[in-house]
Amino acid sequence: MLNAVRSSKGAGIIKSGAVIDDAWRLVTVAQGETPETVALPIGPLLVPVPVWRSRRAELIRREYEHGWPLGVWLSAEEGPEAIAADLDDFSVIAVEFSKFTDGRGYSTARLLRTRYGYGGELRAIGDVLRDQLFYLARVGFDAFAVRADRNIDAAMAGLADFSAAYQRAAGPAAGPTRLAA
Amino acid sequence: MYRYDEIDHRLVAERVAQFRGQTRRYLAGELSEDEFRPLRLQNGLYIQRHGPMLRIAVPYGTLSSRQLKKLAHIARTYDRGRGHFTTRQNLQFNWVKLAEVPAILAELAEVEMHAIQTSGNCIRNLTADHFAGVADDEIADPRPWVEILRQWASFHPEFAYLPRKFKIAVNAAANDRTVAAVHDIGLHLTRSASGEIGFAVQVGGGLGRTPILGSVIREFLPARDLLGYCEAILRIYNRHGRRDNIYKARIKILVKSLGSAEFARQVEEEWTQIQDGPENPHAAEFARVAAHFTAPPYQLLAARDAQFEARKRDDRGFARWVGRNVRSHRVPGYAIVTLSLKAPGSAPGDISAAQMETVARLADEFSFGELRVAHEQNLILADVRQRDLFALWQEVRTAGLATPTTGLLADIVCCPGGDYCALANAKSIPIAQAIQKRFEDLDYLHDIGPMSLNISGCINACGHHHVGNIGVLGVDKHGEEWYQVSIGGSQGRDAALGEVIGPAFAADEMPVVIERLVGAYLDRRHADELFIDTVRRIGVAPFKARVYATPQQHERKFANA
Repeated sequence: MLNAVRSSKGAGIIKSGAVIDDAWRLVTVAQGETPETVALPIGPLLVPVPVWRSRRAELIRREYEHGWPLGVWLSAEEGPEAIAADLDDFSVIAVEFSKFTDGRGYSTARLLRTRYGYGGELRAIGDVLRDQLFYLARVGFDAFAVRADRNIDAAMAGLADFSAAYQRAAGPAAGPTRLAA
Repeated sequence: MYRYDEIDHRLVAERVAQFRGQTRRYLAGELSEDEFRPLRLQNGLYIQRHGPMLRIAVPYGTLSSRQLKKLAHIARTYDRGRGHFTTRQNLQFNWVKLAEVPAILAELAEVEMHAIQTSGNCIRNLTADHFAGVADDEIADPRPWVEILRQWASFHPEFAYLPRKFKIAVNAAANDRTVAAVHDIGLHLTRSASGEIGFAVQVGGGLGRTPILGSVIREFLPARDLLGYCEAILRIYNRHGRRDNIYKARIKILVKSLGSAEFARQVEEEWTQIQDGPENPHAAEFARVAAHFTAPPYQLLAARDAQFEARKRDDRGFARWVGRNVRSHRVPGYAIVTLSLKAPGSAPGDISAAQMETVARLADEFSFGELRVAHEQNLILADVRQRDLFALWQEVRTAGLATPTTGLLADIVCCPGGDYCALANAKSIPIAQAIQKRFEDLDYLHDIGPMSLNISGCINACGHHHVGNIGVLGVDKHGEEWYQVSIGGSQGRDAALGEVIGPAFAADEMPVVIERLVGAYLDRRHADELFIDTVRRIGVAPFKARVYATPQQHERKFANA
């Protein structure tokens, strides 16, 4: 599970319709480490929720002193409630897909956008593949860390699988929709 | 019926293109088996015993003659000239080739059809009353609401990777013909005291390994709130349904573990936050959809056609067919006709390409060019003039579609079973055929009266055996096929799950088992009492005693002597 997430480290991501370099580093708590003691590399970080909770002051100070923006990542099991009170602290929120068939992250994204009003970058990480990108974008993701063993340039085509939708989107999306008033 | 507009056409065409690309990448080795599986399933494609099976969506069982002609063409061109209507009002082709599926989907798109979400862990094709719009016990036509639900559920981005499949049925009549109680969501159209249209919402029903009737979590939901409320139910399920065990992943398990009251509370809490959101259709959109379901140009006719009455008097075969396969219509002078797909010796629900073409022609000639699929695996011509019934009967008799057994024991509902399905533990079609053969005598069948017999080849229960008055379930015992029998199941407003009568039987014992169950009923029934009512009155014990009283070999020898 965590390996899949790790593999996206250092690779490019899809954002705003282009493949861009990714400066963010993903922090994971490996076996034998604890959220309190895991090393925090320099630069912009995506930290897991337990690290955010136990080292909030330290993380905010890093941002203030070095200008390194702060992000958090939610595991497939964690809903938006886990960070709902802190959204203003994050420049990026990533949602992990441990398997692409685990659809919980779609609800997490939709709620972050429509219920909690999160307007920053919302990034899909983990088992992120071309054939799910269109739906991911419709629920509010705007950045996609495609699984590292896949061709990210080819995957981008998945965002254009459809040019219309029946449902309203939870974020910017092209094409006419049926149900939007 | 609903006709596509530009958005519908565009979405289905883009879906065909998307799946064509996915199939190409899979065949080129760029998509793994595990990555391709959910994609092909959500396009109706299973890998079966003989190869791929394609399940085509017939939204709430409504078809035009043009669509049926196209299905006949596909059957001839890409299959072995046959199709199979399912218990969810869909059509399956059992002999397609994987590489040709995108071409089939493109042909379907030409007639506003597709195979989207007929399988997979998503919201499946919706089902509704096959008599919608014409039944005399209907509260209001459900089709505009079902169509709106269909569009909302199609390509829903949030609910495409649910813990498990999700089935919605909509009933709008006094007598529920959709078995709504065994669906993930069963909606019952109703009117409030002030006449407002709304729905009673039943959640958490299902068959399969853990059969259970749904719980009503809301007695009255104003119709305008339908999509928002369904969204709340689906979101609770998507977030909290179990994903660790495929056998415990349906919403029924979540509802059961939380308790229906707690589940309802969570849904209401979610719903209050989206209640006034933009997801619900605005009035103009409802009007646009509803305009597709206006009544056809009925003629003003007498309630009883004299010629029709005379034919019934003169021709016993015609009268018998009318008695079983024709029912009253809400418009005077019209009738609803069931075309039976249960001819003796056939596989229930099977239809040949030639029969499809005949039915399409008859729909054009006699029923405004439309037809319906019943979940009991028959076809319906919903708007036939009484005065045309005799001419129609002669045509359908020639086509082998006039078996006068609708609603009787020989009107067997049956999944494809071990002859086709990779999931099946046992064959089901030969059991149905053997029982039909045992009950060939029409006078005897009519004397037994209305009752239902449902056969499933495995615990997934596609044959809906739990809700058959008699239910037969194929089971595997040490590599052999055995059949477990239950009685007392029923559909309708008082839907019930059957009770297993005892140890399973070998295939060749099944006709006698059914005969004995019927014998016990005939001995104990009160005048005009249906099989199901006798079971309810006297319980399972007398039936069980009769079935297991003596070993079968003895009786068979005796019967043959």
